[in-house]
Amino acid sequence: MNTMNKLIEHLEEVTVRFAGDSGDGMQLIGTQFSDTAGFAGNEVNTFPDYPSEIRAPEGTLYGVSAFQVHFGSKNIHTSGDFVDVLVAMNAASLKVNLAHVREQGIIIVNAEGFDDRNLKLAGYTNNPLEDGSLAKFNVFPIEMNKELKKAFIEVDTPTKLVQKTRNIFALGITYWLFNRPLEATVNWINKKFKGKEDVIMANVHALQGGWNFAEKNPDFRKQFIIDKSELPPGKYRSITGNQAVALGLVVAATKAHLPLFLGSYPITPATDILHAISGYKKYGVKHLQAEDEIAGITSAIGAAFGGSLAVTTTSGPGLSLKTEAIGLAIMTELPLIIVDVMRAGPSTGLPTKTEQSDLMQAMYGRHGEAPMPVLAAASSADCFDMTLEAARIALKYMTPVMLLTDGYIGQASEPWRIPEIDKLPEIAPQFAQDAATFKPYLRNPETLARQWAIPGMQGMEHRIGGLEKEDGSGVVSHDPMNHQKMVELRQKKVDGIANDIPELEVIGEQEGDLLLLSWGSTYGAAKTAVEHLQAQGHNISYAHLRYLNPFPKNLGDVLHKFDRIVIPELNLGQLKNLIQAKYVKRVMGINKVQGKPFKAVELEEKLLTLISMRDIKKWPANKKEDLPVDL
Amino acid sequence: MLEKPHSGESKYTSKDFKPDVDVRWCAGCGAISVLSPAQRLMPELGIPKEKIVFISGIGCSGRFPYYMDTYGFHGIHGRALPIASGLKIARPDLSVWVVTGDGDNMSIGGNHFIHACRRNVDMNVLMFNNEVYSLTKGQYSPTSHRGQITKSSPLGALDDPFNPVALALGASATFVARGHDKDRAQLQQLLLKASQHKGFSFVEIYTNCRIFNDGAFDLYTNAESRDDHTVWLEHDKPLVFGKNKEKGIKLEGFTPTIIDLTEGGNSINDVLVHNEKDSTLAFILANMTYSETLPRPMGTLQNLDERSSYEDRVVEQIQHEVETKGIGNLESLLLGGSYWEIK
Repeated sequence: MNTMNKLIEHLEEVTVRFAGDSGDGMQLIGTQFSDTAGFAGNEVNTFPDYPSEIRAPEGTLYGVSAFQVHFGSKNIHTSGDFVDVLVAMNAASLKVNLAHVREQGIIIVNAEGFDDRNLKLAGYTNNPLEDGSLAKFNVFPIEMNKELKKAFIEVDTPTKLVQKTRNIFALGITYWLFNRPLEATVNWINKKFKGKEDVIMANVHALQGGWNFAEKNPDFRKQFIIDKSELPPGKYRSITGNQAVALGLVVAATKAHLPLFLGSYPITPATDILHAISGYKKYGVKHLQAEDEIAGITSAIGAAFGGSLAVTTTSGPGLSLKTEAIGLAIMTELPLIIVDVMRAGPSTGLPTKTEQSDLMQAMYGRHGEAPMPVLAAASSADCFDMTLEAARIALKYMTPVMLLTDGYIGQASEPWRIPEIDKLPEIAPQFAQDAATFKPYLRNPETLARQWAIPGMQGMEHRIGGLEKEDGSGVVSHDPMNHQKMVELRQKKVDGIANDIPELEVIGEQEGDLLLLSWGSTYGAAKTAVEHLQAQGHNISYAHLRYLNPFPKNLGDVLHKFDRIVIPELNLGQLKNLIQAKYVKRVMGINKVQGKPFKAVELEEKLLTLISMRDIKKWPANKKEDLPVDL
Repeated sequence: MLEKPHSGESKYTSKDFKPDVDVRWCAGCGAISVLSPAQRLMPELGIPKEKIVFISGIGCSGRFPYYMDTYGFHGIHGRALPIASGLKIARPDLSVWVVTGDGDNMSIGGNHFIHACRRNVDMNVLMFNNEVYSLTKGQYSPTSHRGQITKSSPLGALDDPFNPVALALGASATFVARGHDKDRAQLQQLLLKASQHKGFSFVEIYTNCRIFNDGAFDLYTNAESRDDHTVWLEHDKPLVFGKNKEKGIKLEGFTPTIIDLTEGGNSINDVLVHNEKDSTLAFILANMTYSETLPRPMGTLQNLDERSSYEDRVVEQIQHEVETKGIGNLESLLLGGSYWEIK
């Protein structure tokens, strides 16, 4: 127990990636590591990267499950471009993840996961731990089962139980590496295994055992210290986008004094919202796990007709199935929140991987003229705010609202400053007041929202449905001019929301050469890239869109103040096309469809190219041959 | 069970449920024959009319809510049941009625139907069965018989039909009945019974389509032939039929057979007595439907009341949670399992 020989190095930010078989418990220790980083006062951003298979055969490349944690003392907006420390539990997880590790990075491996069988499954002809191929990394091969056994030598614990704590042992080693407190994880173990004293003991012992192993091991010579972040005071927790949506829904219902109803069907990567909501019974929340996606949304429409804050949650394929029902909600002008946690498509696509390719569907994916507000959350924590915003707009304007998140921010976590509920604004539903004058399609002259009369309100019995209705009275009408009027009214109502949302904010110069415009989950990488470039003295401005329909009303002005606009998207240019069409302004796209979020460094490199090209050739908006349209 | 009428408006008449709109179904449409029993039934329910909701899908039946002066929702094709389920789960205080058709409910909405049956949300489902798609002007439906000539089966339909009541029983519906459009008083009684059943009530109603499938049910519904070709199922009553109740149904093993009560050897004691609480019997009776020799079963096939309704279970689960864990504290929900404080 002599720490005298150990060195200490201070770092501003670090990325750690835990990788192993699907059954190795990597998601669990990744989450613990992340929570502990938050607990220790750091900024954190994480990303789970797991296969579609639930328990793929052991040792295979396609069975590798990983969890990445990026933490530091400031400006942590992404889950990290390169891995500084990789924990790999077998040969396959090393092979799959090695490309992420930076040179001189630390690789902690379970050497027992490199036997002949594992090497063969991973497709290694030689053992990479022995053939010198890892020379440019700092490799720490550890026989984890053996060391674990040693750690338990004086404790009477069944071997089976000991073996189950191998991931916790590995976590203990990483905690030593970053001199992290064990407290948060010990508390979690106590809570998680309450009543099972032997399991608690084994896990706590393994955690401490991992720490002690590194402490005593002469190969581990250096500890890394990451200073606390300067965050605004308050209570914080780690939160994923899906958790934030679930909490946002409960808070929104409370603020609107409405019961909450969720109609949903399980689909990756949105199901965690259903999981969370289904556990909120003591908050009076009702949910229906429906027989399919269509029943998910139509049950929500039924609940909305009955006066609930109604919600349906889904991902791409489910959204496709819901489109007809969304049209019904638009026609009946009922408040409804549709959360689409986007994933890589088309069709089943890459179910566990992220993409931003449902934007066009969110905007236009319905028959008929069917406008609806579309919002997009910028980060995991922002999912909470945007859920409240979706509820506010849905209830104030009597309209379904689409909230776009994606597989990345849905599952990635970051610290969230927990709001004080009393300080959040109230949400006022547009209930009809007067039976004597009530007509179902009478509108509020300002918002154009119709009144909401729900069953049980005496004297306001009325019928609505998917057929076109006469303006005001709501009687079924096939009158040509009435249809024109109603189509335009529905459009005008949605367009008018632009007066009720924040204007687009530009960070950096307010006019000039180059504006980077991002939306949704690209926020983190875009912001990091621009911060780096601005810090290097480059002239680039930045803006982020959270409102996609309607756009902020100053968007056109902003766009026309810059010579060049570039939009990074995890699709082939959907926002780019919308903006070019609406504002008649040429836009360049940076497009990635690999099932993965942007790395900040990817954007930085492309933006640097753009910045340098300005000196060579200015790009007038009307000369298309001067610049590549996409990078 | 049902709520008491509220003080001010306890005495409705059927007129209170007729909105000021023209009924646009074709003259002689079977649906019209369901509308008036439904309007006459409403005052009997003892429920304030603002607490009654009619929900429909698409098809000729879909217009029904417009003709009831209650709350109403005309949904999209096949989706009346999930709309109604969401409403009833969110609002157990309401009396929820679904009006659907053989296309709407058996075809595009078939998946919702079987799940609604097993889920047992308390609602009353009236399925107008005319064995044809009428609103799209005459194609065969999932209840059209094999060989039926329609616009989309000019050489005869190749499909075998669903037997809706057997499908409902197979999907665990608790109340399953069949009526028709030619006896309004009887139909009204059937609807009343459905409404009194707590849980999912399914009533298949033979409704004649004069335009695209005229006379499809004449044998079973016309006054002159129906006594010989249908048997009316009533709890605890023997299964007798014929103009003078001279025939009866007897079970030979699990097989229903017809016996002639005027013959010396047979007596009323040999006749099967209906038990609407017996699921096995309900299946046997339901399967008489397409028999060429047996009368078609009408009335209540099954009426089980021991299964709690879904929306009650939802409420019970919430109450149990609140009782055992206390009412949810939003602040602690937001704090979650572990949080930290920065000062």
